Amino acid sequence: MTPRQRRIALVVGILGGVSLAALLATRAFQDNVMFFFDPSQVAAGAAPLDKRFRLGGMVRPGTVARTAGSLDMQFVVTDFQRDVPVRYSGVVPDLFRENQGVVAHGKLGRDGIFVADEILAKHDENYMPPEVARAIKEKHGGVMPVNPDIRSGPRT
Amino acid sequence: MDWTWFHRLASPPHIYRVAGTLTPWFAWPAGLLIVSALYAGLFLAPPDYQQGEGFRMIYVHAPSAWLSVMIYGVMATAAAVGLIWRMKVAHAAAASCAAIGASFTFVSLVTGMLWGKPMWGTYWVWDPRLTAQLVLLFLYLGYMALRSGIDDLGRADRASAVLAIIGVVNLPIIRYSVEWWNSIHQAPSVMKMERPSMPFDMLAPLLMMLLGFTLMFAAVMLVRVRAEVLRRERGASWVKEVVS
Amino acid sequence: MKDFFAMGGYAAFLWPAYAVTFAVVAWNIVAARRAHQEALLEARRRLSTDADGDAS
Repeated sequence: MTPRQRRIALVVGILGGVSLAALLATRAFQDNVMFFFDPSQVAAGAAPLDKRFRLGGMVRPGTVARTAGSLDMQFVVTDFQRDVPVRYSGVVPDLFRENQGVVAHGKLGRDGIFVADEILAKHDENYMPPEVARAIKEKHGGVMPVNPDIRSGPRT
Repeated sequence: MDWTWFHRLASPPHIYRVAGTLTPWFAWPAGLLIVSALYAGLFLAPPDYQQGEGFRMIYVHAPSAWLSVMIYGVMATAAAVGLIWRMKVAHAAAASCAAIGASFTFVSLVTGMLWGKPMWGTYWVWDPRLTAQLVLLFLYLGYMALRSGIDDLGRADRASAVLAIIGVVNLPIIRYSVEWWNSIHQAPSVMKMERPSMPFDMLAPLLMMLLGFTLMFAAVMLVRVRAEVLRRERGASWVKEVVS
Repeated sequence: MKDFFAMGGYAAFLWPAYAVTFAVVAWNIVAARRAHQEALLEARRRLSTDADGDAS
């Protein structure tokens, strides 16, 4: 091997070694790296039920119920396979909406209700003007599809 | 294989002259693109159906985040070339990238926090994407600290090059964190194989801003490379011709 | 115009973000040019001290 080939091998070796280490580390800490668990993972027992954890999914349309005169509210988080009811008291972020992503931080009670003390909204990667969104919703019976075709709206 | 052409191409006086010639060719289109993108992004693009006017954050956040990752790739590639071919100009190029990259990593974090507060409901969470981006900032800062901590230039070049190459592992983690692990951060809207998840009116200013920022980085880097090459070659005879 | 600056209520987040971004862009341009000027100055200084050394 020429000295240059040796240096190439060194660079490749460093990259390979560090990649392997990173792969092993992230696999070992998979559960800790997960920012949230979806309802199916919770049902499968993947979430740490004895501790506080984050529950993520979509806010099922028509399930948001607020108690008049207080900040108490209840809604259902779904991944379209399983549902988890959530109870929360407090202010919600701007993007907290029905049929939108949500991440609730709290603890799952014995009654199966997740009691959250922090609600974060998670938005998706789709951007479109309000008129386009309205047109797409109308086409799909008033519900935004999971993968909306942004070209199907009117020209703005 | 004969590499003399490669080394001649990378000779300091040649690079110094070429960098000087190229700089305006990157700088002016960059300025033009960024100003037009600002106008289009703030005045022409329609508001988003979910985020309203707040979505306009994307026009500063996404280009800085793109630069932060792209510049690291350039820096690590230059460092590897410097290490393998013992090329001083490549080390100078790598060293020129660090401060630029660190500054845009900082911008991506700050603009992301200012987006996260109204949209997600928090400035910061220890989410995989956000944490990996913070690690990127520390990689840049560590690279600069390591360089400034070693007096001997050749040793500083080699040691910092190894650090830069090690840090490359973080780049796919940043990119794919939103797919590998559940993350609060949304998936990419533009930097993916499929069609962008954005109509043309919103997409055009973003693409202009991405290109403008990339060209701006090229121009800034070329100026920094000239400075770095000049500093390293102070005593050389070609420098005497340049400065006199 | 007032509506434009209000940004639908996101002014307090949007404008600081734009300000930070373009402040950093400006800093990058200024810092790079200053580094080049300083390197030129330093090379010139060295050249003149070398010339002095030759003369003595």
